[in-house]
Amino acid sequence: MTERPDTTPPPPPLPRSPVNEEELLPQLVSHLREHRTKLRQEWAARIQGAGLLHAMTPQEMAAETTSVYDNYVEVLETGSVEALQRYARDLSERIIPRGVETHEVVGIVLLLRDVLARSLFEKYQRDFALLNRVLDAYEPAANRIANTVAVSFVDERERVIRQQQDSIRELSTPVLPVRERLLILPMIGVLDSERARQLTEQLLTGIRTHRAKVVVIDITGVPAVDETVANHLVRTVDASRLMGASVIITGLSPDIAQTLVTIGVDLSKMDTIGDLQGGLEEAERLLGFSVTRGDGTGTM
Amino acid sequence: MTGPKLVSILRQGDWLIASIHTALDDSQMLLFRNDLVEQIGRHRSRGVVIDVAALDVLDSFGANTLRTIAEMARLRGAETVIVGIQPDVAFAMVSLGMDTGDVPTALDLEEGLAYLGRPTGARSRGRRDAAG
Repeated sequence: MTERPDTTPPPPPLPRSPVNEEELLPQLVSHLREHRTKLRQEWAARIQGAGLLHAMTPQEMAAETTSVYDNYVEVLETGSVEALQRYARDLSERIIPRGVETHEVVGIVLLLRDVLARSLFEKYQRDFALLNRVLDAYEPAANRIANTVAVSFVDERERVIRQQQDSIRELSTPVLPVRERLLILPMIGVLDSERARQLTEQLLTGIRTHRAKVVVIDITGVPAVDETVANHLVRTVDASRLMGASVIITGLSPDIAQTLVTIGVDLSKMDTIGDLQGGLEEAERLLGFSVTRGDGTGTM
Repeated sequence: MTGPKLVSILRQGDWLIASIHTALDDSQMLLFRNDLVEQIGRHRSRGVVIDVAALDVLDSFGANTLRTIAEMARLRGAETVIVGIQPDVAFAMVSLGMDTGDVPTALDLEEGLAYLGRPTGARSRGRRDAAG
């Protein structure tokens, strides 16, 4: 929760009239507290009218609007957005998986701002100068709240996206021990330079942690490679050799084979075998395993 | 010799185990080379393990010297294996176009000794590294 403390922009300079500011805000807050039920209902009605938040049930909406309202008024009172920030982040965490969109969240907060502003207009309509001062006090704080909520929501979304990207990246280059001292790396999808770099890192650390002697990299699922990636692959194989492991590459598609030959990558030191099965057999041979089918167990 | 802190050369039966404990400058590297090759003759060693696990960098002069040591050792009748190259070092070396030439490499000391023909200590303990 405290990972990004700087998400709220610094408060804008508030052009308040110094004399009345101390009294105005409490007055305003107590007005909003007093009419809490009515204003909240009006707000909820406007949310429904605008067709926002249909992902939520009416009960959920009532609960959320109440707590948003209370938080809102509290921020107006204290001027501190930290609690709201926390609340907004929690709220985002809850509602993002439900498919609530950014425009909805921002729209809702702006609606509340408008509803409250209207009630202030109504209350102070007789005294225009006073209304002006009230709005001077209200508007910057209200804008700050809208800002905070929107930023928290977007931050939370970005955090979710980053997390997903990380897990995709992690899953995309698994290092799997199949036998003692034998690793396989099945690669699926386009190998760009970022993934190639990651492959190297995972492979080399994998060799050390698993004390691997033979590694089979299967690239059956890789549609294409470019020169950079091919060279990177060669370097990875060399680096593995320096760590005492031999690498077997399997499943080169005809297209990749042609690319590699055309761009002239030196693969003479690479051990390549047609498919993963052949690669594993070769690896077992290198490690001294011999696999035989037991009598009566195979029904093939 | 450069003193025991930088490099240690231990005799283990027919093998010599040379551990480099810290980055060596060029002249220390040459001292190490001369000392090691001299000891091969003195102990009539048949194999040398050079352990570089403590190094987080290996420059081209260092890699070259290791190759030279291996070749000199071969001429003096001992086989050399380099062990313990760290992942970062390995990748940096190949990125810079360096390698160990024909010198074999192994993961760590244990692997290196297994490569040379037998594990540490008596032959009866050899089963442990049957796969190696």
